[in-house]
Amino acid sequence: MHPNLSFEQAPPVSVPYRFFLTAPLFGVAAGLLLVWLGESAVASRWSGGALALTHLLAVGFMLQAMTGAVMQFVPVAAGGNVWRPGLVANLIHPALAIGAGMLVAAFLVHESVLFRLAGAILLTTVGFLVVVVGAALLRTPARGATILSMRIAVFGLAVTALLGATLAEGLAGDASWPLVELANVHAGWGLGGWALMLLAGVSYYVVPMFQLTPAYPAVLSRWLAPILLVTLLLWSVQLGGQSPAWQQWVWRAGLAVGAGFAGVTLWLQQRRRRRVSDPTLLFFRGAMVCMIGLLLSAVVMTLVPSVAEHPRLPYWLGVLALPGVFVSAINGMLYKIVPFLNWLHLQRLMGIGMLPPNMKEMIAERAMVAQMRVHFAAVIFLLAGAIMPEIARVAGLVFAISCAMLGRNLIQAARFFRNFRDRIRAAAPNPAP
Amino acid sequence: MTSLTQPLHDHHKHCDNLFAEAEEAAHKKRWPQCLESFRRFRGELEAHFSTEEQVLFPAFETASGMVAGPSQVMRFEHAQMRDLLGQIEQAATQQNLDQFSGSAETLLVLMQQHNMKEENILYPMCEQSLSGQGLSLVEPLKARVEAACPA
Repeated sequence: MHPNLSFEQAPPVSVPYRFFLTAPLFGVAAGLLLVWLGESAVASRWSGGALALTHLLAVGFMLQAMTGAVMQFVPVAAGGNVWRPGLVANLIHPALAIGAGMLVAAFLVHESVLFRLAGAILLTTVGFLVVVVGAALLRTPARGATILSMRIAVFGLAVTALLGATLAEGLAGDASWPLVELANVHAGWGLGGWALMLLAGVSYYVVPMFQLTPAYPAVLSRWLAPILLVTLLLWSVQLGGQSPAWQQWVWRAGLAVGAGFAGVTLWLQQRRRRRVSDPTLLFFRGAMVCMIGLLLSAVVMTLVPSVAEHPRLPYWLGVLALPGVFVSAINGMLYKIVPFLNWLHLQRLMGIGMLPPNMKEMIAERAMVAQMRVHFAAVIFLLAGAIMPEIARVAGLVFAISCAMLGRNLIQAARFFRNFRDRIRAAAPNPAP
Repeated sequence: MTSLTQPLHDHHKHCDNLFAEAEEAAHKKRWPQCLESFRRFRGELEAHFSTEEQVLFPAFETASGMVAGPSQVMRFEHAQMRDLLGQIEQAATQQNLDQFSGSAETLLVLMQQHNMKEENILYPMCEQSLSGQGLSLVEPLKARVEAACPA
């Protein structure tokens, strides 16, 4: 049968938590960098400041948090054995943080050595992660839409890192590569092939689970990942150095796929059997509204060409995609995952017949709601920055505060875990392993 | 043809509905209604657990030889959920909404991830291991669940 099926081999709690606790620090850094740069950061997609901000969020915040989530999710939910998760986390966690920091520094000071170092570190780290997680996902006996999406997402992450390292080399040297096209394809794979693919795969699993919604329609969960993959392959045609006119419809199609997923998610949440609302639900809804906002923006760009040519349009789209969709969704997920993991690990230490404090005692709902309000205020301020660039600094500050509050909430949960665990151990000299 | 474990899939959904009813009643502070719904939910869930522990898991363990494997993990999670059920019923009896909603939230996540593991991994494994002898198991399983869960 399946002698290697792990089934419940949850990694030690320190494996995911180190990633979860690091991600908000990069969010704070992104907010503060925007405070420092001000209007110049929103003026163009190609400024060093704008690229530094983008990668603080994409590599610093998103990739950190998503790596932690994958290390937890693959063994527990997908039944895949991740090879030596403790060792893998020890290697990947610092390397991702250092690589992200170096890449951001490279964008800010335009230093070739930094680009090459960042490219090498991130390519090696992500390559290692892809091999370890990919092997677990290929060997799992579990089947279904979540597994398919996650497998393609890991492939998408590999493509993103390869293109990113190529870009880093292109920026470091004087290669006559088509950098704009490379950057377009890199962004497409990062946001669509990795982040959205992973979010969709995880959503098929957690959206019905947290709110007792109906399952995603089979036609969506079966076809979304392959359609998104084909869209990304068509989008990659421009790597040849030329961008044929039909490519303009490919990215619109990609946004339509994302908006379709978002629309179905909102519809399912509307039909949830569980009537109680919570921050995770609201974070998810905010993320889905921003995803639909991306498609609406594309429609306006098509109808009003002057909007499409506006220099701050890339900034607007970037805010919708990064803080709007992915930071929101990750934030909401963390507020379920961390309290539950606290409870689960403490309960195992205590043994059957004993119960640790419940999930709502791990992070107070009041604290989560307060942080959520600041987060959505930040998203609105950031979006407004596209229309009134003079408020970009305020928006950066609000975003930094939101991420700091998220970090504080997560640190409090981690401290709660540590203190309670120490109390259990002190009370029982030989606790269950 | 209904598969071996289909009645268990369906019964998960039925239990979810009863849970949602009890939780909604608690948030509306309709405690007698909450207690009634919760006790029904608890009874159904208990019937579900015992069907698995007494019928499905032993058959799977005999057929597959995996005695200390996934079915053992599922038994452990059943025990965790039984503890939480007691805590939640106590909160409902004491009309303590904070305690009720926190413990109910914990039970929900635990129960859902448990159900997902069963539906996505363990039940398919059971179908595979028991395919040769499955027909004899369908009726007792269905009978037990349907008795607890009249459609």
